[in-house]
Amino acid sequence: MNAVPPEQALMLAGGLFLLGMIGLMVRRNIVFVLMSVEIMLNATGLAFVAAGARWGQPDGQVMVMLILAMAATEVAVGLALVLLLNGKFKSLDVDSASTMRG
Amino acid sequence: MHVTFYISSAIALISTGMVITRLNAVQALLYLIVSLLAVALIFFEMGAPFVAALEVVIYAGAIMVLFVFVMMMLNLGSTAIDQERRWLDPQMFLGPVLLAIALGGEMAFMFGTAGTVTQAITTVVPKEVGKSLYTIYPVAIELAALLLLAGLVGAYHLGADRPGREDQHITVGFEQRKKPVKPVVKERNL
Repeated sequence: MNAVPPEQALMLAGGLFLLGMIGLMVRRNIVFVLMSVEIMLNATGLAFVAAGARWGQPDGQVMVMLILAMAATEVAVGLALVLLLNGKFKSLDVDSASTMRG
Repeated sequence: MHVTFYISSAIALISTGMVITRLNAVQALLYLIVSLLAVALIFFEMGAPFVAALEVVIYAGAIMVLFVFVMMMLNLGSTAIDQERRWLDPQMFLGPVLLAIALGGEMAFMFGTAGTVTQAITTVVPKEVGKSLYTIYPVAIELAALLLLAGLVGAYHLGADRPGREDQHITVGFEQRKKPVKPVVKERNL
């Protein structure tokens, strides 16, 4: 049994990224939007590890660690925003905060 | 062939599909945890054990616990007990548990046949990752540290419970839209 073919791992990463993007566009609940972003970041990490494993180099894993740090930061700030949104509008709908006409 | 890879890929895709279609946020979180565990198993299969461990510890551990905490904080109120009763319904966690059991079986199989199956895979051991991280990418570490500090300050600023905040900048903007503008301005002049 040899190593996992990198094409298939990249295809899986693309599929996960697509699912995350669909969730991001379809859902209006801000918690689900944050979860979809997490899915997309995770898929990106998978692509990095697949590329790193293809060459047997540790660089892909280093990038995944940076992605982890970024995901942790993003979740901390994002969840603080969720609490603010819930306190201000009593709703988790991202469209409720549309006073900037964005 | 790569049966374990295909099984964990299928589990990752199925549970991710369940995440974006669930209506209940806690159920979606359970499926998201299963998806992350499946991806961690794939990392392990691709010869990246260190990142697989980080995925479980930080992603499925710390970040998801943060999500669960916030979900609990959002549901404070008289309906909380009913909600918890519904969460304890087996229907809520049956799907994620079954998928997680499949992953666990797969992991047991992989560790059981470690000598024969994973032999051909070139494993990048944690030592190499650390060496690369601290010799080639020291600037990246600094950047990650800066980013974490910014996130810390940002989360503290947004989450701080300051008295009188409601009357200050943020709420005034929204209130002015609902009410006629003039009384607010008058009050300020007084």
